[in-house]
Amino acid sequence: MIAIDGAFWIVLTGALATSSCALLGTFLVLRKMSLLGDALSHAILPGIAIAFLFSGSRAIVPMFVGAAACGLLTTLLVEAFHRKWNVQEDAAIGIVFTALFALGVVLITVYAGQVDLDQECVLYGEIAYTPWDLLIWGDSEYGPRPVWILGGVFLFDLLFVLFFYKELKIASFDPAMAVTIGINATLMHYLLMAAVSFTTVAAFESVGAILVVAMLIVPGATAYLWSDKLHTILLLSVCFGIASALGGYWMASLWDSSIAGAMVAVVGAIFAVSLLLSPNQGVVARIWQRIAFSIQVAQDHMLLALARRAEVEEQYRFSRVELMERASVWRGVASMALRRLERRALVERHDDHLQLAAAGRHEALRLLRNHRLWEAYLNGLGLPEDHVHDPADTVEHFIGRELAAELDAEVEVQTDPQGKRIPPSE
Amino acid sequence: MLENVLRFLSLADANVRFVLLGSLLIGATGGLLGSFAVLRRRSLVGDALAHAALPGVALAYLLTGSKALPVLLLGATISGVLGVLVIQFVTSFTRIKADSAIGIVLSVFFGIGIVLLTHIQRVGGGNQSGLDKFLFGQAAAMVRDDLVVMIVLVVIIVTAVLFFYKEFKALIFDPGFFSTLGFSARWVDILLMGLIVLTVMVGLQAVGVVLIAAMLITPAVAARFWSERLGTMVIVSTIFGGAAGIVGTFISSLAPRIPTGPIMVLVATFFFVVSALVAPRRGLFSRWRRERHNSQRESRQHFLRAYFELAEKDPAAASFSASALAVELGWKAVRVERLGRKLARQKYTERVGAGWTLMQRGFDEGLFIIKSHRLWEHYLFYQSILNADHVDRPADEVEHLLTPDIIERLEHILSTERGIDPQQIVNIHGSLNHYRRGGRE
Repeated sequence: MIAIDGAFWIVLTGALATSSCALLGTFLVLRKMSLLGDALSHAILPGIAIAFLFSGSRAIVPMFVGAAACGLLTTLLVEAFHRKWNVQEDAAIGIVFTALFALGVVLITVYAGQVDLDQECVLYGEIAYTPWDLLIWGDSEYGPRPVWILGGVFLFDLLFVLFFYKELKIASFDPAMAVTIGINATLMHYLLMAAVSFTTVAAFESVGAILVVAMLIVPGATAYLWSDKLHTILLLSVCFGIASALGGYWMASLWDSSIAGAMVAVVGAIFAVSLLLSPNQGVVARIWQRIAFSIQVAQDHMLLALARRAEVEEQYRFSRVELMERASVWRGVASMALRRLERRALVERHDDHLQLAAAGRHEALRLLRNHRLWEAYLNGLGLPEDHVHDPADTVEHFIGRELAAELDAEVEVQTDPQGKRIPPSE
Repeated sequence: MLENVLRFLSLADANVRFVLLGSLLIGATGGLLGSFAVLRRRSLVGDALAHAALPGVALAYLLTGSKALPVLLLGATISGVLGVLVIQFVTSFTRIKADSAIGIVLSVFFGIGIVLLTHIQRVGGGNQSGLDKFLFGQAAAMVRDDLVVMIVLVVIIVTAVLFFYKEFKALIFDPGFFSTLGFSARWVDILLMGLIVLTVMVGLQAVGVVLIAAMLITPAVAARFWSERLGTMVIVSTIFGGAAGIVGTFISSLAPRIPTGPIMVLVATFFFVVSALVAPRRGLFSRWRRERHNSQRESRQHFLRAYFELAEKDPAAASFSASALAVELGWKAVRVERLGRKLARQKYTERVGAGWTLMQRGFDEGLFIIKSHRLWEHYLFYQSILNADHVDRPADEVEHLLTPDIIERLEHILSTERGIDPQQIVNIHGSLNHYRRGGRE
C-alpha cells in the first residue's frame, strides 16, 4: 500500500466536513434558519454523550441515534415553546440549545472515565488525530475512519440536494408557491432538518461544534454575496468550504494552533474579503457607487448654476472655486466632477473663468427644464411654491425624456411657480 | 462529599464567600438585564457577543502577558463590541439577514479565539493555564480582586438600569411613540446594548463565553411566565438568576472537575421548566385545568340543553331516560348515564326512576344556555350571516361563551329591530315554546 501523508487525510476530512455542511447550510441561510442550525449543532452533544455511555465506544450507529433524537427534540421543543407558550423564537432557541449543550458538557465531565470526549474536543474536534483513527475490517486497514464516514455523508447530502433540488429551491424562495404546486413545504423543512442533524453528527466528532456551526452558515452567506443563482451559490459555498479546509490546515501548521479553529478563521477571512470586494453587495462597490453618484449630482448642479446665472446676467464669469462651491458637495468630489465636465466638453475654460459649451448649454437646459417642470407639477398638486425647490433638486437627476414629456402635458403653465420660464424641449 | 457540603454551607472559608457572592452577582445581573434583552429581542445577539469576546481575552493576554481580570475583560469588551458592530454593519449593508450575521460573527470570532487560545497553550509553555476557564467558566477561580472588578461593573449596571428604567420600558413596548416624544430611541438602544456587554463581562470568568448567554435568556423567559408587568418580571428574573448562581455554584463545588457555567445554566433551565409547568395562567398545568374546566362545562351545558329540547316536545314528562337524552345529544347512553351521575353529585340533576330530571341549579343553567343558543341562531339568521339550516352548528359552539351582558344586548337588538319578544324565543325552525323563569313545572 502506498503511504499517504497524514496531512492529506486531515485536509480531506476537513474538506468533506466543510463541503457537506456548506451544501446544506446554504439552504439554512436562504430560509433564514441559520440559528436553528447553530442550535442543532450544539444540542446534539448530550445525545452523543449518552450514546458513548451506553455503547462504550465510538460505534457510529448509537451516536447517530442519540444525536438524531436530540436534534428532533430541539426542533420540537423550540416549536412548542414558540407556538404553545408564546416564547419569542430566538429566546426559545437560546434556551433549548444552551440547556442541552450544558447537559452534554456536564455528562462528559461527570463520566469522564467512560466517555472518550473532553470539553475542548467538543468545541474544536480532534481532526489532527484523523490519520491514526483507522477503519479496520477483518485484518486489513482501509484508511482513516472519519474519511469514510464523512465521505458517505457528503455523498448522501449531494444526492439529497440533487434529488430534491427543485423542491428545496421553491420551498426556500417561495413557500406559498411551493404549497400551491403541490410541494409539501413542511415535509421539506423536516427532511432538511434531518439531513442537517445527520451531517452535524458525522462532522461533530472530527471537527467539533464550532467548525460545524461556522461551516453551516458562513460559506452559504458568503456565496450569497457573490451570486443570485442558487446553483452558483451552492457551487461557490462548497468551493469556499474546501478552500478554508486547505487554508486552515496550512495556517495551523504555520502558526501551531487548533486546525478546526484555523479553518473557521480562514472561512471568516474569505467572508471578510467578499464583504469588501463582492460586485454588488461589497463595501468597495457600494462606496464607489455612492461616489460616482455624487459626482454625477455635482456635475448637474454646476451645469444648473451656470445656466441659471446666464439667464439673468449673460456676462457673469464664474471662477473655478466659485463654481465648485455651487455644487455644494465635498471639495474633492466637486473638483472631480468639474474635471469630468471639462473632459465631456460641456464646460469650456477661458483664461480664469468657465463657460458653458454648446453641448453643455443643451444639457443644462434639459436639467433646468426637468427641475422647473417638477416644481410646476408639485405646485399643481397643491404644494406651496416655497416648498417645491428642494424636492425638485433631488428629483431633477432622474427625470428622463418620456417622463419630462408627460410632465409637460400635465402642467399647463409656461413658467415655474416662481415665475421663471420653463425652457422648451430642444 | 459531606465535608465539602459542610465547608460550603458554613461559609467559614473566605474563598467560598467570595465565590458565592460572585455567582449571586452574576446570576442576578444576568436576570436583571436579561429581562430587557429578551423583550427587546436581543437574546441571541447576546450569545454572539459572548462568543465574540473570546479572541479579545486571548489577544489581551498575548499583547500584555498579564492575566489580570481587568486587562482580559477590556480585551473581551473590545472584541465583543466589535462583533456586535459587525452584525449591525453586515445586516444594514448587505442582503445577509440578521440570523446569518449573528451566526457568522458567533462562529468566526469564536474560531479565531480558539486559534489564539490553542496557540497560546502550545507555544506559551507553563504560563498558559487559566485562559481556557473562559470557555466554560470556573467559579472557584474567582479571587478577591476579581470580585472587586465585578462589583464595580454591577454597580454601574444597576445604577444605569434604575436611572433609565422608564426609557428602557418605553423602548421595549413602543419605540415609535418613544421617538415622537423627542427621545432618541437609537441612543437608548445603544445604551441597553452597552449594559448587555457589561453584564456578559461580569459573568465571563465564572460562566464562560459558551453559555453566558443562557444566563441572560433563561431566567428572563422563566420570569415572563409569572407576570405581565415589566417591574415584577424584572424582579422575579433577578431572583431566578441569583438563585441559579448560588445553587449552581454549590452543586459544582461538590466535585472538583465540574465546570460552573453548565451547572448554573441547568439550574436556570430547571426554573424555566418549573415555571412553564406551574405558573398561574400561562403555565401548562393551569392551561390544562382551564381546558378541562371548559370541556366539562361544555358537555354539561349540552346535557342540560338536550333536556330542554326534549321537554319542549313532551311538556308533560317529569323525567327523561338516558337513552332519550342520548338520541337527542348524539352520544352513547353510557356517556349520558355517567355524566348524569356526575351532575347529580354537583346538584344539577336528580334521578327519577330510570331517568333524569333537573334540579333548580340545572334548570337555571339550562334555561340560560338554551336562550343563548337560540338568540345566537336568531342573530346570525337576521343579520343575514347564515341561512336557517346553517345556524345550529355555530350556535353550538358560541352558546358556552355568551355572557349575560351579551345576552342582554342580543335581546335588545332582536326586540327593537325585529320585534321579537325575548320572553318568547321562537326556535328558528318554528317550534314555539314558552319558558319563563320557573314557568314550567
